Amino acid sequence: MTPGAIVRLAILILLLAFLLAPQSFAPVFAPLTRFGAPPIYNQGSLLDITLSHLWITFLATLASTIVAVGLSILVTRPFGKEFLSLSRSLANVGQTFPPVAVLALAVPVLGFGTEPTLIALFLYGLLPIFENALTGLTNVPRDVDEAARGMGMTGWQRLVGVELPLALPVILSGIRVAAVISLATATIGSTVAARTLGEVIIAGLTTSNTAFVLQGGLIVGILAVLLSDALSALERLLARRAGLTRRAEA
Amino acid sequence: MIEIDGLTKTYEATTVVDHVSLTIEKGEICVIVGTSGSGKTTLMRMINRLVEPTAGTVRIDGRDTRDRPAHQLRRQIGYAIQGHGLFPHRTVGQNIGTVPRLLGWEKPRIAARVDELLSLFQLDPALYRDRLPSELSGGQQQRVGVARALAAEPDILLMDEPFGALDPIIRSKAQDDLLAIQKRFGTTIVLVTHDMEEAITLGSKIAVMDKGKLLQYATPAEIIARPATDFVNQLIGTGDRPFRLLSLETVLDHVEPGEAAGDAIDASLSLRDAYAECLWSGRDAIPVEEAGQRIGRVTLSRLTALAARPQ
Ligand SMILES: Nc1ncnc2c1ncn2[C@@H]1O[C@H](COP(=O)(O)OP(=O)(O)O)[C@@H](O)[C@H]1O
Ligand SMILES: [Mg+2]
Repeated sequence: MTPGAIVRLAILILLLAFLLAPQSFAPVFAPLTRFGAPPIYNQGSLLDITLSHLWITFLATLASTIVAVGLSILVTRPFGKEFLSLSRSLANVGQTFPPVAVLALAVPVLGFGTEPTLIALFLYGLLPIFENALTGLTNVPRDVDEAARGMGMTGWQRLVGVELPLALPVILSGIRVAAVISLATATIGSTVAARTLGEVIIAGLTTSNTAFVLQGGLIVGILAVLLSDALSALERLLARRAGLTRRAEA
Repeated sequence: MIEIDGLTKTYEATTVVDHVSLTIEKGEICVIVGTSGSGKTTLMRMINRLVEPTAGTVRIDGRDTRDRPAHQLRRQIGYAIQGHGLFPHRTVGQNIGTVPRLLGWEKPRIAARVDELLSLFQLDPALYRDRLPSELSGGQQQRVGVARALAAEPDILLMDEPFGALDPIIRSKAQDDLLAIQKRFGTTIVLVTHDMEEAITLGSKIAVMDKGKLLQYATPAEIIARPATDFVNQLIGTGDRPFRLLSLETVLDHVEPGEAAGDAIDASLSLRDAYAECLWSGRDAIPVEEAGQRIGRVTLSRLTALAARPQ
């Protein structure tokens, strides 16, 4: 095991320990509180909130992935070429819209709760995945594509058998970016009553309890680093499987 | 048999293939030669409908190529290109098995065919079957590319500059291999190249293209002896003509009885090699041997006469 992997494992174990038995960390956070305020978040289970945060991130990223990859497949088919620029600008709008504005607009329609947050995160995840999927699908080497056609593969067979497998590492890289953004951005969902770690941070800010703020921030930060690392490792594995790097070098 | 009739391809205002008609007999190697941009690739790609003709028809064994879906047509025709186009994410075995799999062959039959082809191309199946293309040398990748094109036992093989990326020694070996395989299976081959030397080495017929037009379609001997236009003449290279002519035949074709001094040459070599040996060793005659047995000699005067323009 590399030193990097050992450090990551240690951080993961520490995080799990904190989520499963937060009270045992009370002495660590006590110096950050004043006037005998609670050193550990006490308005709900940190584990439950973290799981809910992860679940919202997962659902939003999954939806972004399905829509963005589907869209990128459509616009790279012969019949979909004309929609290429249109779909690009749509995804761009999704990205330039501040998530707070999406929340503000969605609340009157959908009410408070998880839905407006999911929609904001979903829109936010579209662009990085779409751009990467487009890059992956359009960068299949010319001779590979020509050989596939020349051997009599149909459009569907080329998509499933050649284009998608070759594009997969690049697509996954877009999913990683979207997931990490989504994980961090999900915190603002708690302003419209979605159950995310933003709740812990906001509770800390409103009661001037630095310990809460730190707890919420640390959990989100560590999750983001671990998630990004895990997906990067998967990307490298897939790239090697796709024969894009030599086995010996990897 | 491939019958190409009035085949034309126009992109917007430019005609890149202009009314080309030619017939390629079964078991022939037809080499399409010409400078870059002359329309060779476009002409060849219209045979398997990777390019749809603007006008004209292609018939294979009397059957119009448009009477079935393009992808089905292509599965019946082998296709090998420069840069080989191997699937980087599939093993060598999976690459070779592509068309048989598309045709729905049974797994054991595909596996047997893959191993047969690997052996034929001097790649040990046990060693190479499960490698990725990136783990092969350039020459090996090229051989796998040709093996893949031959996998479903096509009657016709289209090759677009298949040896273009190889260095001279590997290239000449690949050409020999192709000739041996063609002899063995009787495959009709259409091969595109910009190299007249390669065209003469491989072709039983040569089609010379320039600016989309077919200038001449004839045997190598005919093309060398009677080039139809100045352009064809230039392509052959006037200074090389006698040697190109000699390269078409082997020593065995012209061995005569008699003795000669010095080392013998093998009867399978070309007359051009024999001529070079005469000049280099300063001899007027060289002994010829076949399978280690002296079978006669070849003389400089005979070679000189053969190098002259045919009447
Ligand atoms: N899809 C295309 N669209 C427009 N022009 C093309 C296309 N394909 C080929 N051409 C043009 O047709 C001409 C002949 O091309 P090609 O058949 O590839 O020549 P060659 O193989 O002899 O080098 C070139 O000038 C090329 O630019
Ligand atoms: Mg070409």
